[in-house]
Amino acid sequence: MATHTEQTGHGYSQTAIAAHAESQQHPIRIYLIVWFWLFVLSACSYLIDYIGLQGMLRWSLIITFMLLKAGLIVAVFMHMVWERLALVYAILLPPLAVLVFVIIMAIESDYTALTRMMSFVNGG
Amino acid sequence: MAETTLNGFEAKEAHQNGLRGVAADWSSDQRAFKSASWGKAMMWIFLLSDTFVFSCFLLAYMTVRMSTVEPWPNASEVFALHIAGADIPLILIAIMTFVLISSSGTMAMAVNFAYRRNRNATVALLLATALLGAAFVGMQAFEWTKLITEGVRPWGNPWGAPQFGATFFMITGFHGTHVTFGVIFLLIVAFKVWRGEYDRGERGFFTTRRGDYEHVEIMGLYWHFVDLVWVFIFAFFYLW
Repeated sequence: MATHTEQTGHGYSQTAIAAHAESQQHPIRIYLIVWFWLFVLSACSYLIDYIGLQGMLRWSLIITFMLLKAGLIVAVFMHMVWERLALVYAILLPPLAVLVFVIIMAIESDYTALTRMMSFVNGG
Repeated sequence: MAETTLNGFEAKEAHQNGLRGVAADWSSDQRAFKSASWGKAMMWIFLLSDTFVFSCFLLAYMTVRMSTVEPWPNASEVFALHIAGADIPLILIAIMTFVLISSSGTMAMAVNFAYRRNRNATVALLLATALLGAAFVGMQAFEWTKLITEGVRPWGNPWGAPQFGATFFMITGFHGTHVTFGVIFLLIVAFKVWRGEYDRGERGFFTTRRGDYEHVEIMGLYWHFVDLVWVFIFAFFYLW
């Protein structure tokens, strides 16, 4: 792989030619639209704090705007929608393991908080 | 890379789509990522590992915040700025968010113009991205200075749970470091585009691989990732 991918005799590398054939060329319009929406979503998440929403409404809106922004960045700016599924799954599925970790640590920290409160109330 | 020929002009093999395509790509006994070069695939795998690093930081933050019995400092007040006679909550963080999103936009445009072989526009957009990134780091330095003078330390602060300082400096510091390195590499890539190294396919000083305009896209992947991480930090650390 090392030799024949590099030298083509045309002054261009193999990847340059491959990239030309499957390059990520998309209309500028789609970037501008995504950019605009990222601005709107950021403004919305700032407004959550500015207005001072509290409780479940606040948390659900924060998560919603966060996931929408993350999705737009990964899908369009990082070109994930135009990649093959083999790469998409290899990159996007492993982070789901973090959610399991979140659940484990949430249970653990609940327990820690409980034992701390018990020991403070009972004077250790 | 067995299916790529020496000159690269051979007719392209048709690839299957959907789940069958996933199985076929992974079991092909060749490169699994048919549409991505090794450089792009390695950047994605690096970003995946970086995702786990930042996930662990945010998880540690969640753990200490959920388990502490002292009240957590109100980020809305801690990061408020006194402008024009009024305290505007979280305003610096909001500006930083907009600056970073703008830089992501200019980066995406730079990638686009790089593939169109428009060198001037690419260099200008890369420099704009680097400038916005540097502005972000500058504002972060200002924010750190402000909090340190107000008495925030990794082991305590005037408003409540001492873990606030530890997680704040760790998470924003690690992110700021990523932005700083991103700015340095943006300047290097911009310089290479400006000199036309990607047109001539000159070898890189570090990898000795031939350069091409895909490097701008790979640089873009890193930069968008930095913006992506900030989306999560903004949501979980500043807004929660």
